[in-house]
Amino acid sequence: MSRALALLSRETVLAWGRGGGPLVSLGFYAGVATLLPLATGPEPARLAAVAPGAAWVALALAALLSLDRLFERDFEDGALDLLTLSPLPLEIACAIKCLGQWLATGAPLALAAPVAAIALGAKPQLAPLIFACSLMGGLAFSFMGGIGASLSLGARRGGLLTAVIVLPLFVPPVIFGGGALDSFSGGLPWRAGFALLAAYAAAAVALGPLAMAAACRNALS
Amino acid sequence: MIARLGVENLALRRGGRLLFSGLGFTLEAGSAAALVGRNGAGKTSLLRAIAGLVLPEAGQIGFGDLAAEDARAEHIHLAGHQDGQKPARTAWEELDFWTRWAGGSPQAARAAAERLDLTRLLELEVRRLSAGQRRRLSLARLLAAPRSLWLLDEPLSPLDADWRARFGDLMAEHLAGGGLIVAAVHDPLPVPALAVEIAP
Repeated sequence: MSRALALLSRETVLAWGRGGGPLVSLGFYAGVATLLPLATGPEPARLAAVAPGAAWVALALAALLSLDRLFERDFEDGALDLLTLSPLPLEIACAIKCLGQWLATGAPLALAAPVAAIALGAKPQLAPLIFACSLMGGLAFSFMGGIGASLSLGARRGGLLTAVIVLPLFVPPVIFGGGALDSFSGGLPWRAGFALLAAYAAAAVALGPLAMAAACRNALS
Repeated sequence: MIARLGVENLALRRGGRLLFSGLGFTLEAGSAAALVGRNGAGKTSLLRAIAGLVLPEAGQIGFGDLAAEDARAEHIHLAGHQDGQKPARTAWEELDFWTRWAGGSPQAARAAAERLDLTRLLELEVRRLSAGQRRRLSLARLLAAPRSLWLLDEPLSPLDADWRARFGDLMAEHLAGGGLIVAAVHDPLPVPALAVEIAP
């Protein structure tokens, strides 16, 4: 247990240093909230309609930014070798790495997402659901993203490869979460979309570490 | 505790090239092996194979009556050029984490830092350490978390003459306590060791 906690705190601190933390995510959303009106035109009605979806897509893209270094640095500096020499299975270590990534980048982004959506004109009643979807979606993005990051270990331009592997895996949570937000703002039943999003996140947490550990072992050997 | 390390008829292939084949040696508790060979002969790959990171092409690696997974989980230290220490973290954060990861306590980490004369450096970031100090920091975890088999990849290269001798004493102490050492070296080890020639 103390091993797992020590690794979680180390990973969270390292992910924070790689570009996590609340200030960076607020800055990122501030950028998106500025770019969107410039790109689509500033009519409030149009902006309000796309605001929740835009905040949601921005979350998926932001999750990509910090992913490529999730395993790469540990692979290069030998930390991954040492992580295998422990009674804690590599699968658990990979899960802890993704959890640290989520705590340091996903959770602050989830906090900032409702702020950005409201700034763009989304209804304030949407804020709790945007927060909940972002939190759940962030978990799915971290664990699915970890698969891409581990598969691209050792490849040149691994970051680009990670994006290509990972973006298709991001499609279901984007559909489910976006659908839930859309239904909620239209006064329709939204629970099904949210439940599917949660189910996808749970599957990512359960299955992702198996794939990550296998990919890491393959890269090391 | 690992009572015996047995390597039988081992062959390793890296990147399509056969590094060596038919390699065999046995190491009893309390003894050391020095792997010698040219650059690229496969010394590091052999250490990684013993640690379970590289799958052998053929042959067996045995750890006495321990199962290989158990031996690798709790009884092996691997120390090489790539020490896993993050430049932006302090020496203490890194030593403390890797000691815990290997199953040691913070008190033991402090004591090990004391023995390797690192105490006054512990608050510094790893990037500020010299190559020798950084190596001493990564060797400190060998003392802080006792594990019986040390796999060392050129452990002495960045150390000065004084520290080579002092680390020799620490190795002798580990062997006297029933430990085993397998080290890839270019200079002779400061402890009596079985020479294992790595060549195609």
